[in-house]
Amino acid sequence: MNLQAVRSIYLYEMARFFRSMIQSFVSPVISTSLYFIVFGAAIGSRIQEVEGISYGAFIVPGLIMLSVITQAISNGSFGIYFPKFVGTVFEILSAPVNYFEIILGYVGAAATKALFIGVVILGTSFFFVDITIAHPLAMVLFLVLTSVSFSLLGFILGIWAKSFEQLQLVPLLIVTPLIFLGGSFYSITMLPPFWQTVTLFNPVVYLISGFRWAFFGVADVPVLISLVAISGFLGVCLLFVAWIFRSGWRLRS
Amino acid sequence: MSEILSVKNLGKSYDTGFTALKNVNLDIEEGEILALLGPNGAGKTTLISIICGIANITSGSVTVGGYDIGRDYRKARNLIGLVPQEINLEPFEKVINTVRFSRGLFGKKPDDAFIEKILRKLSLWDKRNNRTMELSGGMRRRVLIAKALCHEPRILFLDEPTAGVDVELRKDMWEVVAELKKDGVTIILTTHYIEEAEAIADRIAVINKGEILLVEGKDSLMQRMGQKCMTIELHEPIPAVPDSLSAYGLELGSDGTSLVYTYDTRAERTGITKLLSDLSEAGLVLKDLQTQQNSLEDIFVGLVKENAA
Ligand SMILES: Nc1ncnc2c1ncn2[C@@H]1O[C@H](COP(=O)(O)OP(=O)(O)OP(=O)(O)O)[C@@H](O)[C@H]1O
Ligand SMILES: [Mg+2]
Repeated sequence: MNLQAVRSIYLYEMARFFRSMIQSFVSPVISTSLYFIVFGAAIGSRIQEVEGISYGAFIVPGLIMLSVITQAISNGSFGIYFPKFVGTVFEILSAPVNYFEIILGYVGAAATKALFIGVVILGTSFFFVDITIAHPLAMVLFLVLTSVSFSLLGFILGIWAKSFEQLQLVPLLIVTPLIFLGGSFYSITMLPPFWQTVTLFNPVVYLISGFRWAFFGVADVPVLISLVAISGFLGVCLLFVAWIFRSGWRLRS
Repeated sequence: MSEILSVKNLGKSYDTGFTALKNVNLDIEEGEILALLGPNGAGKTTLISIICGIANITSGSVTVGGYDIGRDYRKARNLIGLVPQEINLEPFEKVINTVRFSRGLFGKKPDDAFIEKILRKLSLWDKRNNRTMELSGGMRRRVLIAKALCHEPRILFLDEPTAGVDVELRKDMWEVVAELKKDGVTIILTTHYIEEAEAIADRIAVINKGEILLVEGKDSLMQRMGQKCMTIELHEPIPAVPDSLSAYGLELGSDGTSLVYTYDTRAERTGITKLLSDLSEAGLVLKDLQTQQNSLEDIFVGLVKENAA
């Protein structure tokens, strides 16, 4: 195991993040506050409670997931797309490292950043609503699994993308809609039965439901299924990355 | 085994179906400098990319330091430093950070003293805190060299290291290469400046259209294929080469005042003495004489032309 390489990649990527620390910190605080004002104050005055939880608190897990997932994908994809774009990827390909070490470095850094954002948002929401976290350990587990697996998905996107447009396309057209329609801001039990069934095909539902369970002890789908779903997703991404590096797809000519 | 690099029956087809390398065989001794010459698109970069793990092998095998580049890629790559043809650097990164990064990537512990030594040797120390986009082209290329050297490779690939580099810098680069050779580093460089190969290489390989046409020691190559010409200037113009001199294959200059004699330096006898006496016997008065050695460039151009025909 080339730990030195993992460390180098990780620190190099994190340095990029720390250089824009203020930006990294301020923008999630502002956007979270906006969400609380719009959703919490405007909609919350009409929907007082969902499943016995005040609406303002109810949306916190969804809000965190929304940011963590988008951040994980964009960090994960940019981290590897940028070296491809400027040509420095040759160095990674010619170094004595295997794909797992490369992933540990890049995806580890992307996931750390996403986690950081998640924590900032959680901290911000304490200013707006009262929340007690029912299962803190489960919450951390879900947060870590989500950061890692979506950073990995981002990493795959970054390898796949041949242009900056493509890099933006998948998050914009697929991931963001899935998150919004995945029950971030409502319980799927509020939907008509037909749409409830449709929603069950949305993988993000399992994530948000599980994460919300960790907060409030209530879930749309059983929490075990949530765990299995996110772990399965992580496994599939890992297998895919292993295949990418073995075949050199979009990396080696 | 003294070969540090061994390429066996290497073939490469790109996804486009284009065959860039055909059955390439090449053995390189530890500590030597090999210049890889060939016209644009000959396959030089492709060959280097495969050895370094950037491009996939289609057929054949490569070992570096006795390690197969596929099975034992870690051990093989540890030995290799690569300076790519394109100047690929992250524009916003500081020089010193990108060099440190390279060292770490190759599994080496941080060693700022060593990095300082390399940056000083490449006259980059003053620029260590500059972002790479603030450097000139020649400096950027030296940053790439620093990155390649910072993990202490035993074999260094320089893909056109002096393209776009001014004369003085080029000489500096040659010095760096000579110093590395002193440390026992094996160097493989590609170049379009043939005088560069002539100046620093021990052996020359010529590649064209994906095939190695020749690999030979520079000196023996120059000797074997080297021809000299002697230009004889005459006092008085003559209308034609006298019949008595027809055996020498002389060429008459357009104004009739010069004769060119081409001879082989490897021949037992060059025939010069006989020619000179025959000249005076034919009544020709000499004004001046000069000889000229064929350069590697002439040899190279000849080879590639032959191959194209
Ligand atoms: N990724 C690729 N896909 C398809 N063909 C390629 C690819 N890279 C190189 N080639 C082709 O392979 C051939 C050899 O290219 P290569 O870059 O190895 O040449 P070279 O000898 O380094 O030339 P130069 O002196 O111009 O650098 C060229 O015809 C080129 O078009
Ligand atoms: Mg080339």
